[in-house]
Amino acid sequence: MTTVEALPSAPSGRGRQRALPDKWYRGMLGVVALLFGALAIWFLVAIIIQARPAFSTLGFSWIVGKVWNPTHNQFGLLPFILGTIESTAIAVVLAVPIGLGTAIALAFLVPSRVRPALSTTVELLAAVPSVVYGLWGLIVLAPLFREHVEPFLTSVLGWTGLFNGPDRGVGLLLAGVILAIMILPTMVAISRDVLIVVPTEQVEGAMALGATRSQVLRKVVVPGARTGILGAFTLATGRALGETVAVAMVIGNAPFIAHSLKSSAATLPSLIVNNFGESTGTELSALFGAGLVLLVIGILVNALARWLVWSTGADAAGAELGR
Amino acid sequence: MTDASSRTPHAEESLTVQAEQAIIEPPTGEVVMTLRDVAVSFAGKTAVRDVSFDVAAGEVTALIGPSGSGKTTLLRALNRMHDTVRSASVTGSVHLGDLDVYGPDTDATLLRSRVGMVFQRPNPFPTMSIYDNAVSGLRFNGVRKKSLLDEAAESSLIAAALWDSVKDRLKAHGRTLSGGEQQRLCIARALAVEPEVLLMDEPTSALDPIATKRIEELVGELKNRVTIVIVTHNMQQAMRVSDRCAFLLMGDDKAGELIEFGPTSKLFSEPTDPRTLDYVNGRFG
Amino acid sequence: MTSLLETPADPAVERRQAVQAAANSSLGRRKLASKVTLGVCWLFLFIAVVPLVAVIAYVIAKGLPAWNADFFTQSTKPEGYSPSGVWNAIVGTAVITLIATVVAIPVGLLCGLFLAESEDRAAAVLRFTADVMTGIPSIIVGIFGYIAIVRNFGGYSGFAGAFAIGFIMLPVIIRAGETAFRGVPNSLNEAALALGARRSTVARKVVVPTALPGVITGVLLAVARGLGETAPLLLTIFGNQYLQWNPSKPMEALPILIYNYSSQPYADLIQVAWGAALLLMAVVLVLSIGSRLVAAYLRKERR
Repeated sequence: MTTVEALPSAPSGRGRQRALPDKWYRGMLGVVALLFGALAIWFLVAIIIQARPAFSTLGFSWIVGKVWNPTHNQFGLLPFILGTIESTAIAVVLAVPIGLGTAIALAFLVPSRVRPALSTTVELLAAVPSVVYGLWGLIVLAPLFREHVEPFLTSVLGWTGLFNGPDRGVGLLLAGVILAIMILPTMVAISRDVLIVVPTEQVEGAMALGATRSQVLRKVVVPGARTGILGAFTLATGRALGETVAVAMVIGNAPFIAHSLKSSAATLPSLIVNNFGESTGTELSALFGAGLVLLVIGILVNALARWLVWSTGADAAGAELGR
Repeated sequence: MTDASSRTPHAEESLTVQAEQAIIEPPTGEVVMTLRDVAVSFAGKTAVRDVSFDVAAGEVTALIGPSGSGKTTLLRALNRMHDTVRSASVTGSVHLGDLDVYGPDTDATLLRSRVGMVFQRPNPFPTMSIYDNAVSGLRFNGVRKKSLLDEAAESSLIAAALWDSVKDRLKAHGRTLSGGEQQRLCIARALAVEPEVLLMDEPTSALDPIATKRIEELVGELKNRVTIVIVTHNMQQAMRVSDRCAFLLMGDDKAGELIEFGPTSKLFSEPTDPRTLDYVNGRFG
Repeated sequence: MTSLLETPADPAVERRQAVQAAANSSLGRRKLASKVTLGVCWLFLFIAVVPLVAVIAYVIAKGLPAWNADFFTQSTKPEGYSPSGVWNAIVGTAVITLIATVVAIPVGLLCGLFLAESEDRAAAVLRFTADVMTGIPSIIVGIFGYIAIVRNFGGYSGFAGAFAIGFIMLPVIIRAGETAFRGVPNSLNEAALALGARRSTVARKVVVPTALPGVITGVLLAVARGLGETAPLLLTIFGNQYLQWNPSKPMEALPILIYNYSSQPYADLIQVAWGAALLLMAVVLVLSIGSRLVAAYLRKERR
C-alpha cells in the first residue's frame, strides 16, 4: 500500500479522501474528464480561430495555389500538400510489404529461441526519437544516396522519368525512405501481434486439407489478421503524414512541386517548422492554416482507414454480433 | 495399390509379437491403414507408445480411453500433424495402403490430401464463404476447374447433410452457421477432397446434444464413402458409431498404451483385458 | 486397396482420382511458391533489420566519442569555443519533461479511471477524443502550445514546451490507465463493494494497486514519447544556448539541439549532435526497457 500512496495521483489530502462519499468521488472524476474535454475543444477552436485570417484575406483558393512566396503575398499550399502525400506514399509502399513480410518471419519462421529477443528489439526501435532517425538520414544516408543509390536508380529506372535531375542525396526519395524506416517497427510489432493470435485451429484446419505453408499463410493466416494489419497500416500512415523533424532534415525544403523522386520538396509540417520563427501577419496565419489542413488530411486518412476496416471486417464481425 | 499381396507384408509377424502386450483381434476385411509399434514423444517424453493395429476399409474405428491416454496424440500421428511441432518425434511405422506415411520420400501435404481431419472445435475459415470453405481443400491441392469445384461442393455438402439449408446462401460467411452446422461444414470441407481416410478428433465435444446426434448419424452414413477413425471420450458414442475399437490407457510413466483392440461389440460386452472391463463399466476415467 | 470402392462411374472415386492427380501435378509448383514466399519473408526481415540496426550502431559509434566530462557539465558554445557541452539542453529537457509528467499523470490517470468506471455516452465521446488526440501530428500540438501559452503568457518558455509535451503525453496515459484499471477483475471490485466499502476506497485500496504494473508501464512509455518530441518544442521553447533553470524563460532541449546542429557545417558541432542523440536514445530505451522490467517485477511480486 505504501507504493500506492506514493503515487502522485492522490489529488487531495489523504485523510479527506478516506471519507470521500461516492457522489463526490464520481463528481471529481467527472470534473477531471470534463477538463480534458474542454482542453480538446480549446485545441480545435484555437487553431481554427488563428487560421481564419488566412481564409478571410486569401479566400479558399490559397489552399490549392501552386506558389509559396511570402514577399509577393502568395501562400499556395499545393506543393506542400503534394509533398506530404508523396513522401507518405513512398514510405507506405516500401514499409507495408517489408513490414508484413518481417512480421510473418518474426511470427512463424524465426527459431523460437531468438523470437522474443528479436520481437522486443523491434518494439524498442519504435521508441527511438524521430530526430535521431533524421540525424542519421542526413549525415549517413544522404551522402550514400547521392554517391551510390541515386546514380544506380537513375541508370536502371531513368527511363520512367521518375529520376530526372541531379543527384542531391536529400529530397523526396530520401524522406520517403527515412519515413519507411521509422514506421516499420510500428507496422511490424502490430502485424506480428495480430498474426500470432490467428487461432491454431485455423492453421491446422488448412494444413489437414493438404495446404502448403505458404498457402496456410496467404489463404488463412493473413486474411484472418487483415483487420489488425489494416489498423497497423493506418497508424503507420498517420505517423508518416504528421512526421515533422525527420522529414524536414532530409527532404531539402524547397517550396516547389516535385517533378522527380530526386527533387527537393517540402511537406506541410516541414513548411511550418521552417518558417514559424520569422513569420508574422498573414504568413503566420497561413502557417496555422497549413496546420489545419494537415489536421483535416490526417482525420480524413483516419476515417478512410476506419471505413476500410469496417467494410472488410463488417460482414464477419456483424454476423458474429448477430448470433 | 490394388495388389492385395503387397498390402500387408509388414503386418503379420509384428502383430503376433505385439499380442503379448496388447490384446489384438485384427480385422478380417480389407485394411487401409496399418500401425506398427507407433510411439509419439515430445521433447523426449513419451506421450503414447507401442500401438499396433489395422484400420479396416469402410469401417469406423474408434479410439477410446480416459483423458491423458494419448488418443488425440495418436490420431494426429496418422496424418503427420505433429510435423509442425519441432520437439515431436514419431517412431514405428504407419502405412496408408502401400505408402509409408513417415517414409523419406513421402510428402506430408500430399498425404494430408488423402487423409482428412475434423477437429474438436468447428474451425471453418472465417474469411471465406460457405462455398469457398467447402472447396478450400481442392483449391489448396491445385484444382482449378470450376465444374469440378461445383460438383465437389454440392456432393460434399449433401453428404454432410448441409446442402438443403445452405444451397441458397453459398456466398454467406461460414460463421453465420450454428455450431453444429459449422462442424458439418468442416466435415464437408474434408470430404470434398475425397480422402481415403477421415480422422475425427472428438468432433462433437463442443456441440449440444441435438447437433451431436446429427453428427453421429452422419458418421454412420459416411462410412460407405470413406474410412473413419474417430477419437471419443464418450463410450456410448463409441458404441453407437464404431465398428471396431482401440482402447488406450495411461501407463505408470504417464505414456498412453494400447490395451485392447477388437470389434466394438466384443470390447464392450466381453473384453479380454480386465482393465478394459473396468473402463467400459465406468470404474475409472 | 481401392478395389472395394472401385465400382465404375462412381463420381466420388472419379473425383478422388482427379483431386489426387491435381495435387500430384501441382505439388512442384506449390512447393516452389512456398519456398519463394517464405524466402521473400526472410529477405524482408533482413531488409528491415539492417537499417534499424545501422541506426543504433551509428549513433553509438559516433556518439560515444563525444561523451566526456565537459559534454555533461558545460553549456553549448559556438563553433571553435571550449569547453563545450550539452548541460543546458539536459537541464531544459529534464525540467520540461518533469513538469509535463507531473501535470499529465494525475489528470491522465483520473480520466483513465473515469473511462474504466463509466459506460455512458460521455465516456464513449471522451475515449474517442483520446484516440483521435493520440494520432494528432505533434507539430499541430506545437502550434497549439504557441497559440495558447507563448502568445498569452509572455513569449517562448519552458512552460509552453511542458504544456505541449504534456498534451501529447495525456492521451497515452489516459488509454494506458484505462486498460490497466479495466484489467482489475470485477470480482475483486464487487467483493470490496459488497463489504460496504465506498467507491473511492475501492479505487484506492483495490483498483489502483492491482492496476499498478500497467499504470507504471503506460506512464514510462508516455515519458519516453514526450522526451523525444522535437517539433512541438521548436514552436514553444525556442532554444537557448545558455543554461536556464527557470521554465518561464526560453530553454534548450536535447531534441532541438540535435535538430539545429545537424545542419551545421562544422564537424565538432555535428559530433555534439551525435553525442546528444546517443544520450536521448539511451534514456528513451532505458525507460522503455525499464517499464517492461518494472511491470514484470511487480506482477511476480504480487503472486
